[in-house]
Amino acid sequence: MPRNPSLNATGPMALSFLSDLMTPTDDVWSVTQLTTAAKRIVEGSFERPLWIRGEVVGCKAWPSGHWYFNLRDAASQVRCCLWKRDVVRGAKPPADGTEVFVLARPGMYEAKGEFQLNVVRMLPTAAIGQAQRELERVKLLLQKEGLFDPARKRPLPAYVATLAVVTSTAGAALRDVVTVARRRWPGVRVLVVGARVQGDGAVGELVRALRLVNRLPGVEVCIVGRGGGDREDLAAFNTEAVCRALAAVRVPTISAVGHETDISLTDLVADVRAATPSAAAELALSDQRDVRRALDDLASRLAGGLAGRTRLGLERVERAGDRLQAAMEAGLERRRHHVARLAAQLDALSPLRVLERGYAVPSGPDGRVLKRRAEFRPGEPFTLRVADGRVDARVEP
Amino acid sequence: MSTIAEDLTRLEEIVRRLEADDVELDAALALFEEGVARLRAARERLAAADLKVQAVLDEAGGDLRLRDMKE
Repeated sequence: MPRNPSLNATGPMALSFLSDLMTPTDDVWSVTQLTTAAKRIVEGSFERPLWIRGEVVGCKAWPSGHWYFNLRDAASQVRCCLWKRDVVRGAKPPADGTEVFVLARPGMYEAKGEFQLNVVRMLPTAAIGQAQRELERVKLLLQKEGLFDPARKRPLPAYVATLAVVTSTAGAALRDVVTVARRRWPGVRVLVVGARVQGDGAVGELVRALRLVNRLPGVEVCIVGRGGGDREDLAAFNTEAVCRALAAVRVPTISAVGHETDISLTDLVADVRAATPSAAAELALSDQRDVRRALDDLASRLAGGLAGRTRLGLERVERAGDRLQAAMEAGLERRRHHVARLAAQLDALSPLRVLERGYAVPSGPDGRVLKRRAEFRPGEPFTLRVADGRVDARVEP
Repeated sequence: MSTIAEDLTRLEEIVRRLEADDVELDAALALFEEGVARLRAARERLAAADLKVQAVLDEAGGDLRLRDMKE
């Protein structure tokens, strides 16, 4: 129960209530105080805008650009106002009886003491049904063509140096991606391909932007998305044209449309789906702390690898030395045998060995060996060489 | 100029080759030197990393132009 703000009411409620009744002149609310208090109650009771369904009556666009109308159902009606800034450009006020959804904040129009809805969006329910049918059509078509096929999904690269972001240059999505990039991987280059993400022209701009990504050199991953919005705001991401343009992007793609609960068709077409643009950036970019750890690990393995390799080298040299020595020793041994064998052969061939067997070698006074009868002249001396020495001899005259 | 990704990929390869035993000592030393250089480069790049955000502008003639964005 609100208190009249002009009273310094500190006593018990009941007493104050009684005194209010008994002495009206002591406790008078002004109309403005009342409407202000009522406004506070009404507006304080609804934290966020509500979707309300009803039938439009008496909708009129004023020269100011604002629209005023009543929304009613079988039993009740409420005053509504759609401010100029929220009127969709080119839209016409709906005819009486049109069934609509309005997104509105309940409030008080103090000047008239009227309870009213401040409408920020108005959608004919028929259009919603149509949009839903179109969504189902596109979904079925793309599904049949295999665009949602898990086998189509490409993995994201491990380290991304250049990242393309297709989103509104003014939106929260870009800010979120940049914030995450600065924290995780400040070395990255973010190429922003701007496109309106809602309203008229969004589909065309998104398609154009996605095609443009294919012309950017060096791009390794493409994020397409926007911050959370109403279902109607996400419509462009459910269109066939945008889905096909996304499927045609030549690098792995991440779709990050809206909040956790919204799933768009681009989420199904992209290689990876992220709940939010921040989450998309987290998925796309490695954490520099992980990379520092990886570098430390590589550094120690590098040092260890060389040490191991050097040790191996030394061992190999030592082994080679041993082999060399063994080879030399084996060679010497072989030579020794060879010499011994040669010596044995020499020994066998030695004439001295022949003499041992009882032969004798005659030689003349001049030392020549006498091999023929004619060389023995009668009366001449000669020498016989036998095993243990010489014997002087003479040819019989 | 190589990227950190290239440095990391090459470093992995260098370490794998060094850890395998079949590389000649001369080659091992060369790999080690390259690895040290790559490590230093990657660390310097990480330390000096400065986020770059650029808007892609599609010029009338169909050319693409990049403009640095103030975030």
